[in-house]
Amino acid sequence: MNDYPLTPGAQRALKNHASVGQSLRNSFTMAYRGLLKIRRTPEQLFDVTLQPILFTLMFTYIFGGAISGNVHNYLPVIIPGILVQTVITTSIVTGVQLREDMDKGVFDRFKSLPIARIAPLAGALLADTVRYAIATALTFAMGYLMGYRPHGGFGHVVIAAVFVIASSWAISWIFAFFGVIARTASSVQGISVIVLFLLTFLSNAFVPVKTMPGWLQWFVNANPISHLVTAVRDLVNAGSIGGDFGIALMGAAVIVAIFAPLTVRAYMRRT
Amino acid sequence: MEHASKGSAPQSGVWAVDASGLVKTFGDNRAVDGVDLRVRAGTVYGVLGPNGAGKTTTISMLATLLRPDAGTARIFGHDVVKEAHIVRQLIGVTGQYASVDETLSATENLVVFSRLLGLGRAEAKRKASELLEEFGLAEAAKRPLKNFSGGMRRRLDLAASLIAQPPLIFLDEPTTGLDPRTRAQMWDTIRRLVKTGSTVMLTTQYLDEADQLADRIAVIDRGRVVAEGAVDELKASVGSSSLHLRIQEGQLIERARRIVEQVLGAQSVISPEAGKITAPMADADRVADLLIAFRQGGVRLAEMSVQKPTLDEVFLTLTGHGVKEPPAQSSADRNETEVMQA
Ligand SMILES: Nc1ncnc2c1ncn2[C@@H]1O[C@H](COP(=O)(O)OP(=O)(O)O)[C@@H](O)[C@H]1O
Ligand SMILES: [Mg+2]
Repeated sequence: MNDYPLTPGAQRALKNHASVGQSLRNSFTMAYRGLLKIRRTPEQLFDVTLQPILFTLMFTYIFGGAISGNVHNYLPVIIPGILVQTVITTSIVTGVQLREDMDKGVFDRFKSLPIARIAPLAGALLADTVRYAIATALTFAMGYLMGYRPHGGFGHVVIAAVFVIASSWAISWIFAFFGVIARTASSVQGISVIVLFLLTFLSNAFVPVKTMPGWLQWFVNANPISHLVTAVRDLVNAGSIGGDFGIALMGAAVIVAIFAPLTVRAYMRRT
Repeated sequence: MEHASKGSAPQSGVWAVDASGLVKTFGDNRAVDGVDLRVRAGTVYGVLGPNGAGKTTTISMLATLLRPDAGTARIFGHDVVKEAHIVRQLIGVTGQYASVDETLSATENLVVFSRLLGLGRAEAKRKASELLEEFGLAEAAKRPLKNFSGGMRRRLDLAASLIAQPPLIFLDEPTTGLDPRTRAQMWDTIRRLVKTGSTVMLTTQYLDEADQLADRIAVIDRGRVVAEGAVDELKASVGSSSLHLRIQEGQLIERARRIVEQVLGAQSVISPEAGKITAPMADADRVADLLIAFRQGGVRLAEMSVQKPTLDEVFLTLTGHGVKEPPAQSSADRNETEVMQA
């Protein structure tokens, strides 16, 4: 076993709380674990790789003619829409995987280790930003292949990408909350898909708002996803940061402000 | 049995575990119903009980995984509820079901746990390979756990509990479901662990395992401690061996039972359909008296054997009722046990 004797319990330096530094280190280690898991099971990246490719192709060729006259004119409209939709869809996985993880034996070990209690949750949310980055890169790449040349230039595309990733991270707190409170992973999936459909299809992501009935326009205009999509369009197509950018950021902040404490509290109670 | 650690145990009054009145209810099921336990530092303590007795629930409360509904528990003097974070720095937990990450490799598992425990990158790698070497897992280190055997998983789980060299280690049914050879290896590992000065609290369904490893034993049944003591005391109360016999004419079973209870002075269990009687026996030498009594009483034997006592007998003696739902492995276990001792 060990060549040196154990330090007796009574002689150890012990603390009853994890410091902020330790909480950060633990969260990064848990994020590292998340990345290892992605590397070990690359098949779980199917959704983030296939969806941007398929959706971009499908939506562009199906709706392009009807909505914008031709495919080329539709690209500046649809690429930001697809981008937002895909990346947010990806964030559902956070909740589903969190639920699966919490049901596994390894979670008992995390609970018995002297680590910051929040670390497994924070780590999972952190690791998933990698998925958002992959989905973002693929969507822009698909658009480029189909002939999309954003007028805003590369710099603004990068800003838009970071902006979308950050917003999705905020939205993933909603799904993380369902992940923590739900009984099974499939019920997390079920609830999340409904929320996701309401948020993304009842927005301006695919179709101009003015074609919708009045009562629906009211909801669509209030939906933070619409502002997110508009902000991304402004950034990549015109290189401008408008009021929608601010509203979307506010929306993201509000979501985090509501769901982060809810999730953390529910998580602490469950673990 | 003697442990090297016994002599080096810290001054008396140092309790690695000091629990009193622990209660945990699930709905209206009192899974743990007022358990008191005291484990002296540097010793091996066995918690013995059948499936569903409350062993895992008790360990979970001591290891800060579950909050007790009532009662208190201290680990090296630190309260498991109020000082949970401190307690976690003093314990290693190897659960009944392996608590390792299935998707990762053995090395990755240990590196992640080491990093969480504050080891640096290089240090974590070194620790992982050191432990894998020691637990005979070096060759499988890079493979994902999906194709690990039960025994390999257990060893990895135990290795993970030892990263921080905790002074107190909980082992929940460390050998249930293992084949005899792997079980023997696990026993060796536990013994070596104790030599380094660790305190070990283990649960088991097998008297024989508690006998092999523990200095003291608590027997628990339906969430209560029904007996507690040094292994030898406990065994003496149960009898050193157990008698199993089958008679030729099933209708004479009651007469046979009376004879057994008279001669051995102990309660017996009958399974009428098989015409079988089981009874604890303090002294194997009484068999001769028993045989004579049978001949005189006109009872003819079909089969008779003297075996080491099993949990069933301990239970019968201590609680007056048998193990209601004998664990699926109990008979297989007995065979294994004999193989082990052969
Ligand atoms: N999480 C739980 N929810 C409900 N009942 C439980 C839970 N865990 C254990 N029990 C019940 O508590 C009792 C004791 O279980 P346990 O501590 O696992 O026993 P053992 O480990 O000795 O087999 C059993 O009746 C079991 O069904
Ligand atoms: Mg158990």
